[in-house]
Amino acid sequence: MEATQVLFWFIAVVTILSAGIVAFSSKLIHSAFALLATLVGFAAFYVYLGADFLAVAQIMIYVGGILILIIFGVMMTHRIYDTSKRTAHNSLILSLLGGAAMAAILGMIIFRSPWTATVFKTLKPTTSMIGTSILTNYLLPFEVISVLLLGALVGAVYLARREEDEE
Amino acid sequence: MIQLESYLIISAIVFVLGIFTILYKKNAVGILMGVELILNSVNLNFIAFARYIDTYINGQLVAIFIIILAASEAAVALAIILNMYRDRRSVDVTKMDEMKN
Amino acid sequence: MIKLALFIWLLPLAAFVINILIGKRLPRKGDWLSVGAIGISFILSLIMLYRVLVDYDPNFLVQGSVPWIDLGVLKLNMGLYLDNLAVIIVTAVSTVSFLVHVYSIGYMEGDPLYNRFFAYLSLFSFSMLGLVMWDNLFGIYMMWELVGICSYLLIGFYFTKDSAANAGKKAFIVNRVGDFGFLIGLLIVISTVGSFNLTTIHQAVGQGVLHGGLLTAAGILLFAGAVGKSAQFPLHVWLPDAMEGPTPVSALIHAATMVAAGVYLMARLNFMLTFDAMLVVAYVGGFTSLFAATIAITQNDIKRVLAYSTISQLGYMIMAMGVGAYVAGFFHLVTHAMFKAGLFLGSGSVIHAMHHSMEKTGIHGDPNDMRQMGGFRKKMPYTHITFVIFSLALSGIPFFSGFLSKDAILGGTLAFAMSQSNPIHYLLPTFGFVAAIITAFYMFRLIINTFYGKPKNESLFKHIHESPKVMTIPLMALAFLSLYFIYTIPSISPAGPEGGWFTHLIERPISAVATQLGHPVLFIPEHTEHAAHVNGMLISIIFALTGILLAYLFYYWKKIDVEKFTQRIKPLYALSFNKYYMDELYQATVVSGLLLWNQMLAWFDLHVIDGIVNGSAWVVRNFSFMDGWIDKYIVDGLVNLVANMTLAFGKSVRKIETGQIQNYILGAVLGAFFIIILTMI
Repeated sequence: MEATQVLFWFIAVVTILSAGIVAFSSKLIHSAFALLATLVGFAAFYVYLGADFLAVAQIMIYVGGILILIIFGVMMTHRIYDTSKRTAHNSLILSLLGGAAMAAILGMIIFRSPWTATVFKTLKPTTSMIGTSILTNYLLPFEVISVLLLGALVGAVYLARREEDEE
Repeated sequence: MIQLESYLIISAIVFVLGIFTILYKKNAVGILMGVELILNSVNLNFIAFARYIDTYINGQLVAIFIIILAASEAAVALAIILNMYRDRRSVDVTKMDEMKN
Repeated sequence: MIKLALFIWLLPLAAFVINILIGKRLPRKGDWLSVGAIGISFILSLIMLYRVLVDYDPNFLVQGSVPWIDLGVLKLNMGLYLDNLAVIIVTAVSTVSFLVHVYSIGYMEGDPLYNRFFAYLSLFSFSMLGLVMWDNLFGIYMMWELVGICSYLLIGFYFTKDSAANAGKKAFIVNRVGDFGFLIGLLIVISTVGSFNLTTIHQAVGQGVLHGGLLTAAGILLFAGAVGKSAQFPLHVWLPDAMEGPTPVSALIHAATMVAAGVYLMARLNFMLTFDAMLVVAYVGGFTSLFAATIAITQNDIKRVLAYSTISQLGYMIMAMGVGAYVAGFFHLVTHAMFKAGLFLGSGSVIHAMHHSMEKTGIHGDPNDMRQMGGFRKKMPYTHITFVIFSLALSGIPFFSGFLSKDAILGGTLAFAMSQSNPIHYLLPTFGFVAAIITAFYMFRLIINTFYGKPKNESLFKHIHESPKVMTIPLMALAFLSLYFIYTIPSISPAGPEGGWFTHLIERPISAVATQLGHPVLFIPEHTEHAAHVNGMLISIIFALTGILLAYLFYYWKKIDVEKFTQRIKPLYALSFNKYYMDELYQATVVSGLLLWNQMLAWFDLHVIDGIVNGSAWVVRNFSFMDGWIDKYIVDGLVNLVANMTLAFGKSVRKIETGQIQNYILGAVLGAFFIIILTMI
């Protein structure tokens, strides 16, 4: 076993464990920090897969943006002293049942399909390729999604500040 | 060399944990975390396929769009959650059943 | 050329986007933006037409496309297809659209939604120009739906009025029926040919990829879309109601351009119509032309008369497409766009005057009602003169554009009938000629009732005044465009369009329907065509003059008492006045159909199910009278048991509907699980 592989499995275990904490922890703030570890773990996988740009984007957008938003949400909706309070949960058995069903589906699909790696690519920086693609083949989705992002942000601001106008 | 299946299995585990989180948590923010887990596992699949099956990097491009979508989704969802909290001092989704009947 | 076309196409879109977003805050509410955009489009389209005229090549074609959507098996291009047909119709659309924009400045003045009106007009111009320029059926379909949406928005423009909102909905829903056919036709094309591109389809049909009954079916289904959009029988019911919209909209969308989209589509797809499909097209068109004309005679609403007249004229064009008089049909499309838009704008001018007069005198009434008008000739000289010119053109009087095109259509149908062995096809020219008399009659009935005679309502008449210049100048421009020589240059013979630029540039495309595959192909010998043309011209002049004479006899000289005459033909009059009860028929079939179905179910419950219960009870009671009371308890018990079971089941099922999304997600996951298990094992 090479060192990279050892490292890979180590990261995999850490990622899955922290994802497990996100799922099972009864303290929301713990879940939020475990999510941080999961997201960073995913960024590491992206590096393994040769997606350098995406790894950086993952750290910057997810960890720097979305996670901050989520922690902010946790803070806003819990008074400071009860962030450590245990939160109520739905039925564990039913949820496990749902999870198990999904696991069965995915497992069946993964192990029944022939996954042969058809392409062996040398690792090279992808940023310029992504840039070129976005401005050529993917121009329309890119424009659409930028409008969507703008709309979502305007909508979020509108939703969040409507109360203040009334006051 | 790490096999494609390794990524698929990791992604599947995280996906299942995400589904479980959505089902298990009563807290809306917790559910949002579950959604993020699911989106990430999907992204991992796309990028793994881009590496092992596709000749180009289409998977990575799709992943970029998913990340952007996730960002806008998180922003809107949190705005809704904040509104919900202001409205009734609680973010328990099981109590949100105005649409019933 | 392509660049020019792109500018023509996209300028109105830019105006729409700006106007809908910030139009309200712009000076003059942004009308100058829409008018300016379409004005530039208009000038550019004139340049384009000029280039085509300089070229003077019947086979002129410019194509340009860029890849747009790539779905692996299905590749779609975004492209323009500019041949003479497209260039001429683009010019016609932008001309009418520009004039209507200008006119609307006067007509819509002071409306609270002024800016939105102009935004919608711009959106419409964009979609209509796109519809006639796209090079593939998919794009045409897209634009087709877009003009439908614009039409819906603009019919329901006064959406606070119930009738307007309902008319908008009706137009949309009725069009849906036709568009469904269009969609299926598209699916047939894509599944056999594999491409939406017009040139590719032409080649594929020529090679017999799409042939036989399927080709006929595709033609007829695509024609169904045209039936909806061009308001042909039996889907014509929406167009008269569409008159609820503002009058400039009626002029632009429901007279000149959008409704002609169906005719345009038939012109574009003429190459793939089999003989059978063409017969269907011709008979639907011919029947509609006569059918709608007979309704127009008795209507009193000035706009409704024009609406039925539009349906009738569209019927002419469709019929021309069906009998292979392709040039004539398309020619009529262009000339009709000019004079019918003019008629609507003229009626709008009258309605505008009536409306203001009603406001001043405080009389509440319908400003569209002809029975309130009369004698407007002196008060509204410009409107009057232009209106007469348009009516002469519509009636097919020599020296006006309508004569050339209508005469060509009638000649074409006559030639078709003469070239066919089956004498039943003489029905088609008969439809056409009879409709021609009626057309002249109802148009002059309209004119005499509105502009001549004594004013029927003196107090209203006092306040009638000519419309502002911004409204009369478009009328004059359209009147000028209704003169014959515009279309016959360089020849100035008023007898026919031959030798003119129009007939030189437009040629019937060679039918791609291959003979060797056993399709009969329409062929009309030249001498028949010539003979038919001369006869058709003479007959149509005589018929038009007869129609006008009749109108004067009835309404001007009053030699024949209208009241007595209608009494004598009362059933016919009632039939026409009530539009052949088509609306009632749809009401009766669709609404009552549902009601009947419900009643049937109720009857079934009442008689069959109750009957079974009663019958079994009766049998049981007779079988054992002694134990009757036990039976009664058992039967009752069973009934109660069933009821209780249903109740209990309902209660337990109701628990599933918790209103909690997480439960639904769980359900979805488990459901997906079982589906996968079932499919994979």
